[in-house]
This record gives sequence, structure tokens and C-alpha cells, in this order.
Amino acid sequence: MSPREVVIVGASVAGVAVADELRRLGFEGRLVLVGDEPHPPYDRPPLSKDLLTGRTEPDRIRLREPAHYTDRGITLMLGVPAVRLDGRRVELADGRVLTPDAVVIATGARARSLGEPRPTLVTLRGLDDALHLRRRLADGTRLVIAGGGFIGAEAAASARALGADVTLIEAAPLPFAHLLGDEMAAALVRPHREAGVRVLTGTPVQRVDRAGGTENVLLADGQVVHGDLVLAGLGSIPNTGWLDGSGLDIGNGVRCDATGATALPGVCAVGDVAAWYEPGLGRHVRHEHWTSATEQARTVAARLLGRSPKAVPGAGVPYFWSDQYGARIQSLGNPELADETHVVHGSLDEGSFAVLYGREGRLIGAAGRDAAAHVMRHRRAITAAPFPLQPTGGT
Amino acid sequence: MRVTIDEDKCCGYAACLSVAEKVFDLAADNIAAVLVEHPQGELADQAREAAAACPTSAIILLDDTE
Ligand SMILES: Cc1cc2nc3c(=O)[nH]c(=O)nc-3n(C[C@H](O)[C@H](O)[C@H](O)COP(=O)(O)OP(=O)(O)OC[C@H]3O[C@@H](n4cnc5c(N)ncnc54)[C@H](O)[C@@H]3O)c2cc1C
Ligand code: SF4
Repeated sequence: MSPREVVIVGASVAGVAVADELRRLGFEGRLVLVGDEPHPPYDRPPLSKDLLTGRTEPDRIRLREPAHYTDRGITLMLGVPAVRLDGRRVELADGRVLTPDAVVIATGARARSLGEPRPTLVTLRGLDDALHLRRRLADGTRLVIAGGGFIGAEAAASARALGADVTLIEAAPLPFAHLLGDEMAAALVRPHREAGVRVLTGTPVQRVDRAGGTENVLLADGQVVHGDLVLAGLGSIPNTGWLDGSGLDIGNGVRCDATGATALPGVCAVGDVAAWYEPGLGRHVRHEHWTSATEQARTVAARLLGRSPKAVPGAGVPYFWSDQYGARIQSLGNPELADETHVVHGSLDEGSFAVLYGREGRLIGAAGRDAAAHVMRHRRAITAAPFPLQPTGGT
Repeated sequence: MRVTIDEDKCCGYAACLSVAEKVFDLAADNIAAVLVEHPQGELADQAREAAAACPTSAIILLDDTE
């Protein structure tokens, strides 16, 4: 049965995609998008890329134009967080109460920080963070980045483009090695050094103290790195605080079945806040990628309208991209589970290459740099050989 | 159905090619190219999936009005 009113909490990539898909599938009831940020819904990937370097501006990273929402009868309630979920009753911070027939949880995640934030000890998750960082990054500013993951690496590249002096600190011996293997990870760290970024690996940040106008970053091995500005790129924490007391199963994210349903009837979760069950892996996984957010949104919208979601070939295959130093890195599938790799295009010493990842003789992933077609054309093949990793199997 | 690409919007993510590799390819300039302009049946479904998967909404599907 089709609901009469749907409330989506979290007005970003996943939430907006659910709203659009509901309308596309013919849903005619009331549709409300609640978001705590005051800005009209915007896209996050540019925050560490073109928005940070000033190549694009906030009004150009909007997910949709204002008329899009009015034309489709999507009510936006922005600048107000939801503070409580009780069954399908959603309470907002300003006292308003919504009582729809279906609730979609799309509250995303926030950045893990290195301590009480201050203007010179920051994270990068939202538009305001990016604009703050951009204002502070000028020629010669000493930026210290804790964490060499995607956001750290992209921020390093963008900050170098602005002329900042950049130090990148990574706890592991090589950033990305756990995800993409040693060879590809080595190829990805080279551009940092060539661009003049100081890369310190194998030693996590222990503490950051401010003294005499300088941020002093203490590393586990005893080194101290001085900076004007410290950015933590240490991963994210799902925004589930408002769900305390709701009775939902919350671990690393809101636990859902393989189609986004939670244990509460009429309540689904999508995007960075959601940990969907992955039958192939035998566990819940919280994907934090743009594409997973939109794919999950389509599944949930179909589900809410009582339709069985159409199986999309290749859906469910994790996919992410990252733009660094003018090159695009893409990864598809589960390269982290591979027991063999093959370079199938270019070479790891060059700018452009593609690597295939196999396990027990089956193709389970593909990744590359500036080789979009060489990576992406394997998506169907990667799905065609779904990876039946049992919880007790594997190594 | 007729498939076209808004080349100003396309950023070369190749998401289209990953769901509809028979309908799209990437040209050397990393802009998507349409291989089958009037897809039918299963390929038409794939083209629709690709339009939904494109991060920049660069794929335009037009109804054939004849
Ligand atoms: C800097 C940066 C760069 C990225 N680059 C890439 C990339 O290159 N490729 C890629 O695949 N992915 C990238 N990502 C990840 C991608 O942006 C996320 O996967 C995607 O934004 C997830 O969408 P979401 O809607 O689930 O969550 P979010 O985008 O986090 O949105 C959740 C929204 O809910 C709001 N909210 C939270 N709590 C409440 C509440 N209680 N009430 C109301 N509203 C609430 C939040 O403020 C936010 O607006 C990047 C992320 C960041 C931060
Ligand atoms: S998915 Fe969209 S942006 Fe990407 S290559 Fe295809 S058309 Fe271009």
C-alpha cells in the first residue's frame, strides 16, 4: 500500500534522491525533506576539490534548482534538525511534530575530529567547513593534514594548488594500501611528493596543542609538526544521535536489511548513515560513497511504494572516485579482498593505468587513474561473479 | 527514445558505461559518446538506468515523437 505522507530526514545527496525517485515513480502524497543545514541541498564531493580551490562557487554545487522542489511538490524544512524519532513520529528542534506513514533516515555522517574544534583545528564535511578552509588557505599557509585518505589527499592537492605549504600525516605505512594494494597505493602517493607535499607515514597523530599562535601536532613517534591550520581527515561517524531511544538497531550506522528496511515498520535508512546487510559478505556495511547513496535511494523509494525494486545490473558494487592533482582515481568492487592483481592498461609508473583485482580466480574489483573506461567497463563482470564470502571464510 | 549527452555537464565519470556499456563509451577527451542513439528493449532500460546513475545528469532521453 502506498503511503500518504513521507518524511525524509537529511536533505543531501541521499535524501534528495529518495524524494525525486518517489515522485518519478508516481507518488502523489505529501513529501517533506527536513535538513539541519540552512543551505539549499548541495553536493559534497566538490567541497574538497573545485570548491576548495575556488574553481566553483556554492551556488553552482546545488543538487537541484529551487524550482525543482516547488515543481514536484517537495516541501523543504531547512535549518532545523530532527531531534527524536518515536515510531514514525518525527520531532523537530523547533517543536514541530511530523506524523507521516513512512520515514526515511538520511542524516549522513559527520567528520571525526582531533579535539574541540577551533578556527585553526578543523574538519571538512559541509559547505561552511569548506568555505572556512578556503578563506584560510593562502600562499604559504602551513596546513597540516591528519589522515591520508580521500578527503586528506584531495585537500592536500587543492591546498597545494592554492600555494599552501602542506604536510600530510598518515598512520599506516602507505595511504590506500589497505584498500587498493601496495603497488597502486605507491603510485598514488607519488604525486603528493612531486607536488611538494611533505608526506609522513607510519605514525599517527597523537595530540594537537595550540601555543603562541601555532598549532603543534605531536606524532606517535615523538616528532612535532608546526602549522597554522590543522585539518583532520580521519573518517566519519554516522549521525544517529537523534535516534537514541527509537529502538532502532544502531551499530556503525542504522542497521537495515538488504533493501534499506529497519526493524521499525515504515522506517528506512539510506546513504552514509545506513549500514545495509550485504548477503555476499554476511555482514552490515556502511558505504560512504555518492553512488551508493543514490542507488540505495532508488531501492528505498521503490520499496516504500510497495514495488519490488528492479535489480540494476552492477548495483551494489561499491564504486568511488577521487580527483587529485588533476587526475581522476576510480575504484569499483572490492579490491581490498584481492589475492592477485593485473595491470591491464598503462603502467603504474605513468599517469594513466588500470588494475584488475582477482580472488580465487574471479574478478572482484577494478581500479585506476585517468582510465575511466578501462575501469568502468568491468562493472557488469564484477557483478556477474558475485563474491560469496562467508563470514567464516576468507583470510 | 533518443539518447544524447549534454557535453557541458558530462564530467567523464563513466557511470553510464558501467550500467550500459553497449549504449555508451568514453571518447578520448573523457566525454561520454553515444553508441546506440535509439536503443530498444533491454538497451533502452539500460539507457534509463544510466541516466539515473549519471552524477551530473548529463544524459538526456527524448521521447521519439513519431
Ligand atoms: C569533502 C567530501 C568529499 C567527498 N568526495 C567524494 C567523492 O569524490 N566520491 C564519492 O563517491 N563520494 C565522496 N564523498 C562522499 C559523499 O559525499 C557522501 O557519500 C554523500 O554525501 C552521502 O550522502 P548522504 O545524503 O547519505 O549524507 P550527507 O551528505 O552527509 O547528508 C546528510 C545531511 O543530513 C543532515 N542532518 C544530520 N543530522 C540531522 C538531523 N538530526 N536532522 C536533520 N538533518 C540532519 C546533515 O547536516 C546533512 O545535510 C565526499 C564527502 C565529503 C565530505
Ligand atoms: S555518467 Fe554522466 S558524467 Fe559520467 S561519463 Fe556518463 S554522461 Fe558523462
